[in-house]
Amino acid sequence: MRTGAKCVIDALSDAGVKTIFGLPGGTVLDIFAELYHAPFEFFLTRHEQGATHMADGYARATGKPGCCIVTSGPGATNAVTGLATANMDGIPIVCISGQVPSSMIGNDAFQEADTVGITRAVTKHNYLVKNTADIPGIIAEAFDIATSGRPGPVLVDIPKDVQRAQTDAVFSGKLHRRGHEPVYDADPKQVAKLAKAISQSRRPVILTGGGVVAGNAAAELTAFARKTGIPVTTTLLGLGGFPDTDPLALRLAGMHGSVAANLAISACDLLISVGARFDDRVTGKISEFAPNAIIAHVDIDPSAISKSVPAAIPVIGDAKRVLKALMPLVKPQERSPWMAQIKAWQHESPFTYDKKESRILPQYAIEQIYEVTKGDAIVTTDVGQHQMWAAHFFKYTHPRTFISSGGLGTMGFGMPAAIGAKAGCRDRKVVCISGDGSIQMNFQELVVAVEHDLPIVVVILNNGYLGMVRQWQEMFYRKEYSAVRLGQNLRAKNERIKDKPPAYLPDFVKMAEAHGAVGLRVTQKREVAPALRKAFALKRPVVVECITKPDENVYPMVPPGASLSEMVQGLI
Amino acid sequence: MNNGNQIRKHAIIALIENQPGVLARVVGLISGRGYNIESLNVGPTQDPGVSRMTMVVPGDDRVLEQVTKQLKKLVDVIKVTDLTREACINREYLMVKVAIKRENRSDVTNLANVCGGQIVSVHPRSLVVEMVGDQTSIAGFMELMKPFKIMDISRSGMIAMSKD
Repeated sequence: MRTGAKCVIDALSDAGVKTIFGLPGGTVLDIFAELYHAPFEFFLTRHEQGATHMADGYARATGKPGCCIVTSGPGATNAVTGLATANMDGIPIVCISGQVPSSMIGNDAFQEADTVGITRAVTKHNYLVKNTADIPGIIAEAFDIATSGRPGPVLVDIPKDVQRAQTDAVFSGKLHRRGHEPVYDADPKQVAKLAKAISQSRRPVILTGGGVVAGNAAAELTAFARKTGIPVTTTLLGLGGFPDTDPLALRLAGMHGSVAANLAISACDLLISVGARFDDRVTGKISEFAPNAIIAHVDIDPSAISKSVPAAIPVIGDAKRVLKALMPLVKPQERSPWMAQIKAWQHESPFTYDKKESRILPQYAIEQIYEVTKGDAIVTTDVGQHQMWAAHFFKYTHPRTFISSGGLGTMGFGMPAAIGAKAGCRDRKVVCISGDGSIQMNFQELVVAVEHDLPIVVVILNNGYLGMVRQWQEMFYRKEYSAVRLGQNLRAKNERIKDKPPAYLPDFVKMAEAHGAVGLRVTQKREVAPALRKAFALKRPVVVECITKPDENVYPMVPPGASLSEMVQGLI
Repeated sequence: MNNGNQIRKHAIIALIENQPGVLARVVGLISGRGYNIESLNVGPTQDPGVSRMTMVVPGDDRVLEQVTKQLKKLVDVIKVTDLTREACINREYLMVKVAIKRENRSDVTNLANVCGGQIVSVHPRSLVVEMVGDQTSIAGFMELMKPFKIMDISRSGMIAMSKD
């Protein structure tokens, strides 16, 4: 006989979990009592959102499911944003939450929330466990669901009495998969149809997404693209799935995609999407998306196909297996005029910025990160302008090296995700690129990196604004800068702090130090590279704050509602 | 390709795990997209672990196709079929309470008899008529009852089965 809490710990161990992120509370005390004797590495986060993002970053960096434990009520509600983030991007997480005792559910008990009700729409699946004997089977099933098909977060809510009761039940070894049987091997007819379309195409383009990274299909994709000579553009989550340094790389597509990528999509006669879901940030105006193309859509999730863009050649299956099946059916083809056009776009309009600007430009700072790390780092980001520049000015050559909240766009994701990534990949350099807005949303988690001696480098590109919102207000809201000024010096006199406004608010260097990390601030261009070199050499958690030009914009930009061919380019 | 925007009633059948919370998942998925479920019927099947759900949802074909795919994605949903374009039998059970006076009582009973309904309760001031029929005959009967004073209606919601 063992308690439900012991069943939880044993089931996590059986699932191969080594690392757990979380925060205890009243209804998970029994699980934490067992955890005290268990051999997991436990990361005590300072907020449950941090725990979910760390589990997420861990999963994205390692390819293994992330695991977190939170308490009932506010513990679970704090986890919601992290679960939703993972759900949108298809990231495997198993979250165990405590619940008030069964007899008190529905009585508005202390720290009670209807956790399965609240998380239903933001998880792939969730459970309210009613019998202790069910725990071993449910947790095994939770890991199976989280990691199979299109991965996603699964929450298991366990009332306190269910954790405390005894059972002699063990996991039968048989998973219940009646309503959950993903298709991995595609219909050979569809694969053949796609191969035929490729042989007939004169202007093909491949669009890759997070599915190539999640499905560990980057090597197959690269081999396929090189064999067929088809240029490749990627979604934000697809970065790293195809080397940015390859001559066939068109790089990022969509709202802030490259000119080459967006013009190639607009002009192609065959668009082969692999593991991408045609997010509105990728397609722009749907009716004018790839107007001349036959759309082939390879995805493991049948509901992703024809969701926004109707697919003429749907291929349901695992990216890796589909590409392997496709490989012998395709051959190298001569497409000189198309490739010449692609080359011209690539050379005429690369991602660029004003190199003569004397102040630190965020793009410059990111280029320096790329130079200093020689591109050999896992990059996590927050959300906003810096996220787009991190996609433009760092070149990704390997999968699982660019970690970002693409679908939900969760500010505050970057630093905890970096901690999770570093926890899973100790031998890798991990750098979080953030902004002065985003970083304030989960700064408290820096202590976790300090406590566990995880030398991550956090680069804050401080422009004193909620930069992306400011950019939209500049371009589409008559330059009326409503509620976006974070820096005191950018405000009108009457909106500033009256008596002696502090030079930096907050002072990120002091904040870093207060959390036990190292804080460095650079205000001059020439200081950037030395500060970064120092940061990576210190082998401690370091925050590097770069004071940047306040009003730099991200270009190219496809205005909302416009088609991809209507990009607004910078002034350069 | 372009007739995907036609609005019509879709009869969606879902085989679901007989477990608490599954109904909430299915209904949440549909209502979360702003669609109204016109009728909903849930009942047991030959397998005690499986329930059968029949929903009538008005909407355009493309969106309903997407909803069907999303339903299939739910772990507790075993199978989903949209019977709208298939040959199928549909039935609904109806009870209607009609206020009557001495002089129109026979009108109601006659109409009920003609339409295949049955009088299941007789009170001095009201009658309850029951009827089983497909969507057309139920709608037709309700049209005939309009001139009378209807006090209460209870409908089971449509259930359906494909012919093959």
